[in-house]
Amino acid sequence: MSATTTSAATAAPDFEAVIGLEVHCQLRTASKMFSAAPTHFGAAPNSQTDPVVLGLPGALPVVNRQAIEFALRIGVATRSKIRARSRFARKHYFYPDLPKGYQISQYDEPLCEHGLVQFVLDGQPREARLTRIHLEEDAGKNTHLPGRATSLVDLNRAGVPLIEIVGEPDLRSAAEAGAYLRALRQLVRWLEISDGNMEEGSLRADANVSIRPRGQSALGTKTELKNINSFKFVEKAIEHEIARQIDVVTSGGRVVQETRSWDAERGTSFSMRSKEQAHDYRYFPDPDLPPVVVSPDWIARVTSALPELPAQRRTRFVEALGLPAHDAEVLTGERALADWYEAAVAAPSKADPRKLSSWVQSELLRVVKDTPLAECPIKPDMLAELVALIDAGTISGKIAKDLFARMLQSGERPKVIVDREGLTQVSDTSAIEAAARAIIEAKPKEAAAYKAGKQQMLGFFVGQTIKAMGGKANPQLVNDILKKLLES
Amino acid sequence: MSAASTGTGTTDPTTMSALALARAVRQRELSAREVTTAHLARIAAFDKGERGLNAFLRTDEAGALAAADAVDAKVARGEDPGVLAGVPVGLKDLFVTENLETTCASKILQGWIPPYDGTAVARLRAAGAIIVGKLNMDEFAMGSSNENSAFGPCRNPWDPTRVTGGSSGGSAAAVAAGFCPITLGTDTGGSIRQPAALTGVLGIKPTYGRVSRYGVVAFASSLDQVGPFAGCVEDLALALEVISGHDPLDATSIVEAPSALGPALAAGGRPQGLAGLTVGLPREYFIPGTDAEVDAAVRAAIRELESAGARVIDVSLPHTPHALATYYLIAPAECSSNLARFDGVRYGRRVQPPGGDLAAMYQATREAGFGDEVKRRIMLGTYALRSGYYDAYYRKAQQVRTLIADDFRKVFASCDAVATPTSPTAAFKIGEKTADPVQMYLADVFTLSCNLAGLPGMSIPCGFTRAGLPIGLQLMGRPLGEAALFQLAAAYAARTDHARRRPTLALEAA
Repeated sequence: MSATTTSAATAAPDFEAVIGLEVHCQLRTASKMFSAAPTHFGAAPNSQTDPVVLGLPGALPVVNRQAIEFALRIGVATRSKIRARSRFARKHYFYPDLPKGYQISQYDEPLCEHGLVQFVLDGQPREARLTRIHLEEDAGKNTHLPGRATSLVDLNRAGVPLIEIVGEPDLRSAAEAGAYLRALRQLVRWLEISDGNMEEGSLRADANVSIRPRGQSALGTKTELKNINSFKFVEKAIEHEIARQIDVVTSGGRVVQETRSWDAERGTSFSMRSKEQAHDYRYFPDPDLPPVVVSPDWIARVTSALPELPAQRRTRFVEALGLPAHDAEVLTGERALADWYEAAVAAPSKADPRKLSSWVQSELLRVVKDTPLAECPIKPDMLAELVALIDAGTISGKIAKDLFARMLQSGERPKVIVDREGLTQVSDTSAIEAAARAIIEAKPKEAAAYKAGKQQMLGFFVGQTIKAMGGKANPQLVNDILKKLLES
Repeated sequence: MSAASTGTGTTDPTTMSALALARAVRQRELSAREVTTAHLARIAAFDKGERGLNAFLRTDEAGALAAADAVDAKVARGEDPGVLAGVPVGLKDLFVTENLETTCASKILQGWIPPYDGTAVARLRAAGAIIVGKLNMDEFAMGSSNENSAFGPCRNPWDPTRVTGGSSGGSAAAVAAGFCPITLGTDTGGSIRQPAALTGVLGIKPTYGRVSRYGVVAFASSLDQVGPFAGCVEDLALALEVISGHDPLDATSIVEAPSALGPALAAGGRPQGLAGLTVGLPREYFIPGTDAEVDAAVRAAIRELESAGARVIDVSLPHTPHALATYYLIAPAECSSNLARFDGVRYGRRVQPPGGDLAAMYQATREAGFGDEVKRRIMLGTYALRSGYYDAYYRKAQQVRTLIADDFRKVFASCDAVATPTSPTAAFKIGEKTADPVQMYLADVFTLSCNLAGLPGMSIPCGFTRAGLPIGLQLMGRPLGEAALFQLAAAYAARTDHARRRPTLALEAA
C-alpha cells in the first residue's frame, strides 16, 4: 500500500488530475419511478412496494410523469439539450436487490445531454460540462448479517426515481470536484427535485479519476471510485486516489482500469472489480415502455416556471444589493434562505441590505441550524424592522441582540417589545451626564488613572455608565460625555 | 318467471354458447351454480387422469362455486350480474390470478400463489365470468404444440394422439372439448391462432395494445397480446369486448377506445354481408410447403367469402420470408430479459446447492426450473443482446420488422383484410416434431408476421381433413381493424357449419 500522503499528492508538480463525477440523485416524487407505490424513507422494510416494485411476474412499469418533469427542471437549469424522444432501456445483472434481474435506465437515448454546471471555487466562478442527465430506477438494499450466511433484502428503495448526472472529465482537483458536487446538491435542492442528502443516500457520487503528466492532452487510464457517501469525504477520497495513482506511476507501475471502493473509516480504497470482470449489461430498449415524448410546449412550461438560479441570484445580490461576493454566496446557499433574505430586504422597513445580510449570517443562521427556516418565529419583516430600529438610533446594537433573542422566544415584533418595555435608547445628554458623574465619583481611583494617561480606562467607564442606565444609553453619547467630564 | 324457464334442465349447459348461458343466468333459467357445476363435472370426467385431455393444470372448484353463488345472489337481488354472468372461463396459466397458483407450466414457478389479479382477469370477473381453472400451455408460452409444458402435453380433443398446437394448447382444447365456452390465451407468434386452427375453434389475437398485458407473465413484451378463444363468433366478440380497452397499468395499452363489434357481426350476418369489403390473398402465404388439404379448404373458404359479397384480390407481402428469422431474434432477446426475474430469490422454486454461494443458487435454480426450450431461447436471446452484437442482431431485426409492418400498411391501402391458412398443416402427432426445433418453429410460419406488425389476426374453422382434423383460416386486419375480421367471420359462419362441429371425445365414445 502506498505511503503517499494527501499533501504530497497535491504538491506533486508533474501530474495533473482529470476528474469526472457520476452523481445519482433520488427525486422526491410521492410515488416510484414506474408504479404508484409510495417512497417514504425509513418505513418498515418492504412496505413501500407493490407488484411492480417487487418485480412480480406480469407486473408492468408505467413512467411517473412527475419524475420526468423533475428531470426536465434540472435539464433546463443546466441548459442541457432536451431530447424530444428519449427511451428507457433495460440494464441486466443478477443481484437480490434487483427484483426484475434488470434495472430500467436510459442508455443511448437519454433525456438530457450537453448541459453545464456553474459553481464557485475560492470565490472564482467556474463551469463544468455535463455529458448527460438520464432517468432510472434505484435498486433495493441488501443487508448482510454479520456472522451468518443470510442476507436480508429490503425493496423499499427499489424503484425510487433517480437521475444520473454524468459530468465530463472537466475537473482538475479534488477541491474542484467538491465544489462542483456541492453546487449540484445546491441546484437539486434549489429546484426542489431532491433532498440532496448524501448521508441518507439521496445523493451519491462516483468519481472517475485519472492522472496525466501536466501538459499532456491524452487522458490517462481511469479508475472509478465508488461509495463516497458523505460530503466530508469527497475531497479526501479523490485526493487519496490521485495520490495513489501518482504513487503507482512514479514507482514505475501502470494504473489499472478498475472500480475501487472508498473505505471512509480506514481512509483508503480497495479494488472491487477490474475491467475484465465488468458486466455485460445487455442493454436494449425496454419494450414495456414507449418512448418518452417531451413537447416544446412542456419544455417551455418548465422553463417559465423555473426559479431564478443560484448563479444568477448570486450575481444580482452583488450587483443590485451591493453585497460582498462571500455574503452573496452564503445567502444563496439554499433557495429558502435567499428567499427569506430577499423578503427582509423588500419589507416596508427598508432596512439596509448589507446590514440585513450580516444579521442573517451572524444571528439568524445560528439559530436555525437544526430547524427549517419557515418555522423560525422571526419573520423576514421582523428582522428588517429590528435593523431599521438600530439604523434610526432608536435602539442600541446591544439592545437589538437581546431583542432578537426575545423575538425568537415570543414571535413578537421588535417595535411591540420596545414600546411596551421602554427600551428606546436614551439620547438625553443630561440624564447620561448625571449617570456618568455618579460613576466617576464612585470610582476615584480609576478616574485618576485615566487622567494619568491610562486611555483604556475610558472603556471601563462607558461600560459602567451604560450598565447603570439599563443598557439603553446611546453608546456614542456616553463616550463623548465621559471624555468631556474626565478630561475637565 | 317467463315460459322460457321450462327449458331449464333439458339443455346441457356444456353445449350452450356463452351468450346463451349468460342470458339464461340473467333470466334465471339457469343458476350460475348449475352452469358451473355442469362444466366442472365435464372437466372432471374428461380432462383428468391418464386418458384425460390434460387441458387444465388445475381447477378451482371452491373459487368457481363461490363466484357462481355471488352471481346468483346478484341476480336474486335484481342487480346487474354482468354480460358474462355465470359463464365458465378458463385461463392460460400465465394469467396472474389472486390466490390461485400460477405456474406458466414451468417448474420454476410451481407453488407461486400470486397476490393480485391481472387486468384482463379482473375485467372478466367484473363481467360476472366464473374462473374455473388454469390451462395447460407450453412453458412460458414457448412452443407450438403444448409439448413444452412441464406438466405434460395437452391432447387434441379430435384425436388424443395429436397435439393441440401451442402455446395456448389448453385454452384451445378446453373450448373444443366443451369444458368452458370461453378461454383466454396469449399470442406472441401464433399461440392463439395456431392451436385454434388445430382444435377447430375460433381465436383472435387482437391489435397490439388493445388488451392490457398487466398481470400476464411476459414472454416477448413487444409481441405478446391477450386474446380469447370461443366456439362461435358471437362469443368471441363478447369476450373480446369485455377484456378490451385502455389500462393505465400498461404503458403499451392503446388509449383510443376500440369500437363495439355488434354492428360488424350484424353486417356480416346479412345476405351479401361482405359487400364493400376487399380481401387480399398474399401470394407468399400460398406456397408449396402447405398441406394440400389445408390449401384446398382455405381456398374454398375464400370462395365462400367471395360469394358473400367480398371482393378478393391478389396481394404481396414481400418481406414475409424474413419473418421467421426476425421473430427468432426479437422474441428470444426479450424473453432472455423477461425471464431474468426467475432467480429463486423471491418466489417459485429455489435450489440451493449445499455450501454454494449466490451465483450457485441462481445457476442451480434456473438449471432445475427451466425446461429445454426455455433455456434454448434464453441462450439465443442472451447471445443476440450481448455487447457489440446488438446492432447486428436485435437492431437489425427491428429494422426488418419495420419493413414487414410496411408491407402490411401498403396492402391495407387496397384491402380490408388478408386471408391465409393459419397453419401449414393440421394437428401433427405428439412427439412428431419435438426432436427438431426448426421444424417446430415452421409451424408458426404464417402467424409470426401478424405479431411483428402488431396487427389483429383471427383463426376460424374452415373445414376438416379426410382424417377428421380441423383446418383454420387466418384473417388479418388493419391496426384496430378487428371489426372487419368479425364481419368476415360472421358472414362465413352464416354460410358454413364447420365451427359448430364438436369432437366426440375418446372417453365419451368409450
